[in-house]
Amino acid sequence: MIRIRRAHVLAAAFAAALCVPAVSAGSGSGLPTSVGPGEGQLNLIAWEGYTQPQWVKPFEKATGCQVHAKYAGSSDEMVTLMRQGGGTQYDGVSASGDASLRLIYGHDVAAVNPALIPDWKNFIPALKSPPHNTVKGVHYGISLQWGPNTLLYNTKLVKPAPTSWSSIYSPKYKGKVTVPDNPIQIADAALYLSKAQPSLKITDPYELTSTQFNAAINLLKKQKPLIKKYWALASDEIDLFKNGDAVIGASWPYQTNTLQAAKVPVKDEIPKEGATGWADTWMISAHAKHPNCMYKWIAWVSTPKVQAQQAIYFGETPANPKACPIMNKLSPGSAAQYHCGASASYFNSIKFWKTPIATCDNGQNACMDYTKWQQAWTQLKG
Amino acid sequence: MATSLDAAEGLSHRPPGRPARAARLRLSGLFWRHSWAKALLLLAPPLLAFILVYLASLAALFISSFWTIDPFTSELKHVWNVDNYRTLWQTGAYHSIALRTIGIAAAVTLTDAILAFPLGYFMARIASGRSRAFIFVAVLLPLWSSYLVRVYIWRLILDDKGVLNWALEKVGLPAANLGYSNWAVWLIFTYVWLPFMILPVYGALERIPDSYIEASRDLGAGGWTTFRRVLLPLALPGVVAGSIFTFSLTLGDYVTPLLAGGASSQFIGNVVYDAINTQQTPFAAAFAAVPLAVMGVYLLIARKLGAFEAL
Repeated sequence: MIRIRRAHVLAAAFAAALCVPAVSAGSGSGLPTSVGPGEGQLNLIAWEGYTQPQWVKPFEKATGCQVHAKYAGSSDEMVTLMRQGGGTQYDGVSASGDASLRLIYGHDVAAVNPALIPDWKNFIPALKSPPHNTVKGVHYGISLQWGPNTLLYNTKLVKPAPTSWSSIYSPKYKGKVTVPDNPIQIADAALYLSKAQPSLKITDPYELTSTQFNAAINLLKKQKPLIKKYWALASDEIDLFKNGDAVIGASWPYQTNTLQAAKVPVKDEIPKEGATGWADTWMISAHAKHPNCMYKWIAWVSTPKVQAQQAIYFGETPANPKACPIMNKLSPGSAAQYHCGASASYFNSIKFWKTPIATCDNGQNACMDYTKWQQAWTQLKG
Repeated sequence: MATSLDAAEGLSHRPPGRPARAARLRLSGLFWRHSWAKALLLLAPPLLAFILVYLASLAALFISSFWTIDPFTSELKHVWNVDNYRTLWQTGAYHSIALRTIGIAAAVTLTDAILAFPLGYFMARIASGRSRAFIFVAVLLPLWSSYLVRVYIWRLILDDKGVLNWALEKVGLPAANLGYSNWAVWLIFTYVWLPFMILPVYGALERIPDSYIEASRDLGAGGWTTFRRVLLPLALPGVVAGSIFTFSLTLGDYVTPLLAGGASSQFIGNVVYDAINTQQTPFAAAFAAVPLAVMGVYLLIARKLGAFEAL
């Protein structure tokens, strides 16, 4: 009897210990353990093309959550929108890696329980807990899609075919080069320098000491006279290539698809130095008014079918490799074209966008944070 | 109820059911006796809107330029300082951006004035009623289409395989390569703001009596002298009035440099836009104060030149 009683006490104590996080979950700081009924509404900030009717309409029908999406044009804009009005206006955001850490450290997004997203366990291992959305083992979002920033060139005018990023830094195509108008472009220069100037010892293009950072800025300063235009919108770059104003530049697969569909002789590739890339994450606002609908939405866009639809529509790679056969069914050959279910070595060759912060990986406060990147970029363009 | 009946009793010589009319009469009497009250009532709504919407937002802009942003949380910190202005003052890139903005605005204004003067002269003094109406429509018609559309059209004209290079090639000239450069920005601004210069110049030229020109001729002045000593001084307020539009519109724009500019085409507006997008609102406010100051100086000069009488 006494033993049993002891066991009871122990069990009760254990239950009480478990209760503490459960209670704090109720007050909003812990993880939810189940998804309740939908709230009927869902307000999202998304990249253009991420909330297409072909997968939003069935979602609304299945869950009763009406989707209201606001498109953002840049990571900076996403962060601004998530913070405006005390952060209660939007329930979630499809943040890229260069926005996600800012949102996490700014306490704008809530921790997420991946156990509530059934398809999460099917994701490629590298995107289950990537450093751009998981901090100290806590998940702040669920990965969505990813893709590389490629080297795009006109096959008729750029000969021989380029194999290195050096082609956008050399005067050979002076006045015909275009790169994105985005401070994160400094990482592309750093990536190239990590191979071209090993003495700088750049290991991570997003964690740059001031010496490494200045070397990258100097490279970009030398590149500036070669630039036709720093493009702000994907459609700008498409126009530049279509009209012959640019023949080579940094790009996304989306532009390649659009240009090839318009019969412009272009090709893209990942040069020998590797490439930077983006990996997007659906994140939930820390002050979301419709968290249940948001969980349902993340679960929905993680399913193989929606993953495949979105990958083909936008030209990117699904986080869920179960989408690959569906991609081929929807558009033959598309799975291979977008590296669906790519090998770990391909994935690792891409240095994904992440927010530069002052603390380097070695724990020292010697790295340049994103504010410095923004200032340097503005002054570079000046 | 009782009091209103009494009141009706007191006004028994008036037909019943007219207390509203009586009140109206009393009110209009009041306004007749105190004309300032009428003016106040008429002006109150626009004046209130002007003070609240217009001046208050400018004041808010100016005040917030002395605050800072916490770089970590992006929260506004109400700590008075001049760091934003110091950054502007100490950074070479911002000098060149401000100078570029002011320089292109001045170039656009000058070009528009040179283009608008002969056209305004023709409309005011030579064209018949019909051709004048036609020119009016032609000048104003572009304003009916979206500004954005017109910028994109110019991009198509100026780009590498555009109409301009195609035409130059046909006549055996080398390609102009104006697309995505400060030349393109200057050209597009000159085009889109031209109507705002033509109209005041036309107005000023039309007001010059014919007799002045006849008198000038009678006194032996040639065409050039008449232009220089009679027409130009009398039309100058119109030109300056038009220049207020062309100069300030160019100064505040950021769309054309963004869409048609090249690698070095940043305007003050572009930096402000970027700063707001990165939550550096106080810095954006500080830089936005620069065109405000420039315009203030410009308006003072314009007033000296008599532009406000020509508006």
